[in-house]
Amino acid sequence: MARITASVYTSHVPAIGAALDQGKTGEDYWKPLFAGYDYSKQWEKQNTPDVVFLVYNDHATAFSLEIIPTFAIGCAAEFQPADEGYGARPVPTVIGDPDFASHIAQSVIQDDFDLTIVNKMDVDHGLTVPLSLMFGQPQAWPCRVIPFAVNVVQYPVPSGMRCFKLGQAIRKAIESYDRPLNVQIWGTGGMSHQLQGPRAGLINKAWDNRFLDRLIAEPGELAKVPHIEYVREAGSEGIELVMWLIARGAMSDVAGSGKAPTVAHRFFHVPASNTAVGHLILENH
Amino acid sequence: MSLDKPYLDVPGTTIFDADQSRKGYWLNQFCMSLMKAENRARFKANERAYLDEWAMSEEQKQAVLARDLNWCIRLGGNIYFLAKIGATDGKSFQQMAGSMTGMTEQEYRDMMIKGGRSPEGNRVLGEDGDAQPHRQPQGAAGRAARGGN
Repeated sequence: MARITASVYTSHVPAIGAALDQGKTGEDYWKPLFAGYDYSKQWEKQNTPDVVFLVYNDHATAFSLEIIPTFAIGCAAEFQPADEGYGARPVPTVIGDPDFASHIAQSVIQDDFDLTIVNKMDVDHGLTVPLSLMFGQPQAWPCRVIPFAVNVVQYPVPSGMRCFKLGQAIRKAIESYDRPLNVQIWGTGGMSHQLQGPRAGLINKAWDNRFLDRLIAEPGELAKVPHIEYVREAGSEGIELVMWLIARGAMSDVAGSGKAPTVAHRFFHVPASNTAVGHLILENH
Repeated sequence: MSLDKPYLDVPGTTIFDADQSRKGYWLNQFCMSLMKAENRARFKANERAYLDEWAMSEEQKQAVLARDLNWCIRLGGNIYFLAKIGATDGKSFQQMAGSMTGMTEQEYRDMMIKGGRSPEGNRVLGEDGDAQPHRQPQGAAGRAARGGN
């Protein structure tokens, strides 16, 4: 059977992708940020999964205002890196897993979460920047990826609790797949940042670090935090952090079938462009 | 019953909800069109003519021509859509975000390197943080406008 071996959490700031693509990782501004992912790249070499279930949000790229799915699962065989206005990132095509994705869609939808099935979709920095941070700059990504897009752009966005419970349904779906796959689930976006209006540039290190503490130790309580607290404390775009609760909800301790996960790595850095960067690797037991 | 909006008292912040989205539908869809290289080229060649192809209000067109992102947001624009205009202009997300504060590019960049804008005084309208309406614009421009230095 397929099993979830770890969850990974990371911000997905577009400027990080641009710094990588333009060879700026050695600059003083970027060095401390990329140093925080040295361990992660090494860890991924030793723990390369067969499939990453990658939770992210589309930033007005694949989804315009014509169609706004709350939760969308990518079931295509491959996904092209999108041209977001600067030209597409020079990163490999993302290879999907249609059979596994369709199994997860069936299981989760029958478990009462109404996913949108997407068979054609370009993927933006929300998905490709985490891949670059964790896998570096290979000719081809070392595993298959199932993109899972969450609407956090137009309100109403899903609540933290809805995301946390969805993660639990995704764990059941993954563990009921009859192939022996090593699966990681990634939650991306955040941490505190605001990209709009006179309050642009808001960063809240104390709130972010408390979020990391609680995500590790008491995710069920953290899931009760309402949207307005994210907006007030972590900036209007800090709302992306609800996506981390999907990945955390998929850990075995939440289901009562395993011990608390091991914190293999924790990193926090300010700033990357407008944003506080947070990163965790939690190994499932 | 109208939409419940508990977020209206956050200073310097516009939440992109269904009302904003309806108001800004064509403005945002115009922005979306700039994801294609040929459309970026056509827009740059004659901005006004390109804008006139869209069912946007005259004020929305003026806000785009002025590259006034706060104005665009008041008219229903969302930053992830508006960012396509910045990308077309070759601007980074940091330049775009900074432009909405009144600070110079350098002032905004320095604020971020020093750890970003503090939430203190900026959580609720009526406090005295730097994002509050009575403290706009920010940076040297604001100090000059308010008679300081």
